[in-house]
Amino acid sequence: MDWINLAFSIGGATIRMSAPLIFAALGGLFSERSGIINIALEGKMLAGAFAAAAVTTLTQNPILGLIAGGFAGMLMAIVYGIFVINFKANQIVVGTAITILASGTVPFVSQILFQNTGSTPEIPIGNRFIYTPIIIAWLLVISIWCLFKFSPYGMWHKFAGEHPDALQTSGIDVIRTRWSGVLVSGFLAGLGGATLSICLSSSYTRNMTAGRGYMALAALIVGGWKPITAALACLAFGFFDALGITLQGIQIPKPEFSIQFLNQIWSFFVSAQFIQIIPYILTITIVAGFVGKSRPPKALGQPYLRNR
Amino acid sequence: MQLFNFVKNIFLKSFFFSLFAIISLNSYAEINNKICLILDKGGKDDKSFNQSAYEGFLKAQSDFKITKDSKYVTVKEDSQSPHFIRTLSNGDCGLIIAVGFNNADIVGKMAQKFPKQRYVLVDSSIKETNIRSLSFQEHEGSFLIGAIAAIKSKTAKIGFIGGMEIPLIKRFALGFESGAKYINPKIKITETYVGVSPAAWNNPTKAKELALSMYNQESDIIFVAAGASSQGVFDAVSDMNKKNNKAETKKFVIGVDSNQNYLIPGTVLTSMEKKVNSKIYSAVKDFIENKFTTGVITCGFADDGVDWAYDTYNKQLFSNEDIKKINKIKQDIISKKINVPDYYKVGK
Repeated sequence: MDWINLAFSIGGATIRMSAPLIFAALGGLFSERSGIINIALEGKMLAGAFAAAAVTTLTQNPILGLIAGGFAGMLMAIVYGIFVINFKANQIVVGTAITILASGTVPFVSQILFQNTGSTPEIPIGNRFIYTPIIIAWLLVISIWCLFKFSPYGMWHKFAGEHPDALQTSGIDVIRTRWSGVLVSGFLAGLGGATLSICLSSSYTRNMTAGRGYMALAALIVGGWKPITAALACLAFGFFDALGITLQGIQIPKPEFSIQFLNQIWSFFVSAQFIQIIPYILTITIVAGFVGKSRPPKALGQPYLRNR
Repeated sequence: MQLFNFVKNIFLKSFFFSLFAIISLNSYAEINNKICLILDKGGKDDKSFNQSAYEGFLKAQSDFKITKDSKYVTVKEDSQSPHFIRTLSNGDCGLIIAVGFNNADIVGKMAQKFPKQRYVLVDSSIKETNIRSLSFQEHEGSFLIGAIAAIKSKTAKIGFIGGMEIPLIKRFALGFESGAKYINPKIKITETYVGVSPAAWNNPTKAKELALSMYNQESDIIFVAAGASSQGVFDAVSDMNKKNNKAETKKFVIGVDSNQNYLIPGTVLTSMEKKVNSKIYSAVKDFIENKFTTGVITCGFADDGVDWAYDTYNKQLFSNEDIKKINKIKQDIISKKINVPDYYKVGK
């Protein structure tokens, strides 16, 4: 029986599908731990996806493409940071605006560079990453865990989100800490987008992130704003996605119950559509507090006023 | 007194000017050859029917003497569509071309309000006195594609990947399935969709995973109708073929809407062409030459509305015998010897 084959296929798909989510969730972690809500992840990923594909096409070098993707995400983060940190604008509103800005700007730049608003030219298979970004993602999970656990830099970020006044009194600038959180977040989200366009597929296509920025945010919340649990939540999301994909394609063994009603229940729970909504049901359940309490940083979403 | 003269002067001047303006406007209206194109959410570069429509529009624009004011708009959300159509229908455009079933439905409702405005609808079968509906017979084309896939499949397992789960795509799927079953009743067909929301048209990563999962379960030919997501399936097939070079386990993909054979020569088995561009071109031509007719025009095999793509890129994949079989089926569909099921009529 090809159960082993099936398990390998699901496992491979899980790891691939979760990689961009992990990048974006780690990005969200950086900014949210330092007190800035990051609903703009989607827009930063989109910018990263485009920049990576465009630079790889122009230079024939995927490493440059990956870096460019990160910096494009960072560019969006700079715009975001100016508004939410320096001008103290509402973070949800600006975040949404950044996502819309990215989905409009990217086709515009694409039209200038490639005379095509829909997609960039296809990148040949030799110029694409096979698995490098996936490894980078997991290395980042561990290193960011260490960073938050052991280094003072991680501690500053935690305090900027939990109790900014305490951080300021101890002589560390809150504004500067938050800026670094937002910039790193943009870079990581950009890498997530780059993974999508130059590793998991072969070109940028319009709105190719397809809601992954929001899914990463949900994974971050499910994971309780901690790097390893957030990455595991991403892996779970990827797993349900992969399961839904595989279940659409195969005939599921159907046990024959004597009661007709049980048969219906069974076919409902193994249907691909049901499997696909599991991540969202999971998120709602966990966030609603039934499974475990997921506590956000205390000062999340509050702009910091230095002379309060 | 001087003031009075001045006012009178202004009044007279403006009166004559407006009279002139009205006359010129009238004469302009008689030769109004401004064409307005409304594209669906995919946009002009979707490598699919929107792009095809846009190409037909551009070609017509350069071939006939159409005013430079001709323009196209892209609907980003369903709620924008009535607004666009109402604004364009105020008499400014000579001919309005609306692409996509969603736009078409709204035009169908709006057309009675603007009886003088003329419309061309792509993917619709609405009957109005001022509408030319182009009803493409996707199920006929898909039937033939299904038959070709069944002829060429070595594992007797083939797959279908649709974009968003909507009746139009279901129509492709049903045609494909019955075509394959016509050749080989025992063939196994896997039918999957990228998603149930419009994001499904722009998710190549997921389409790629769907395709990899199918190829791993021994399907060797996949027919894909998923807009911009289709790129993922093309990636998957080149990944799979890179891993093994044996001719007997080679995987194939079948494109849709426009001729996609050139994308990966030798691996794209064929494409189901939906000739939106030529049909729009001829609609504009009729309009310019004052031969514009309304009513529902079916675009199937008989009227060269759909076809399978056979060119230099996939020539070596078909033997003479295959070609004969395929042409026989095509002729049988045209002469109604084969009854192709239409999801719009049998479905639900």
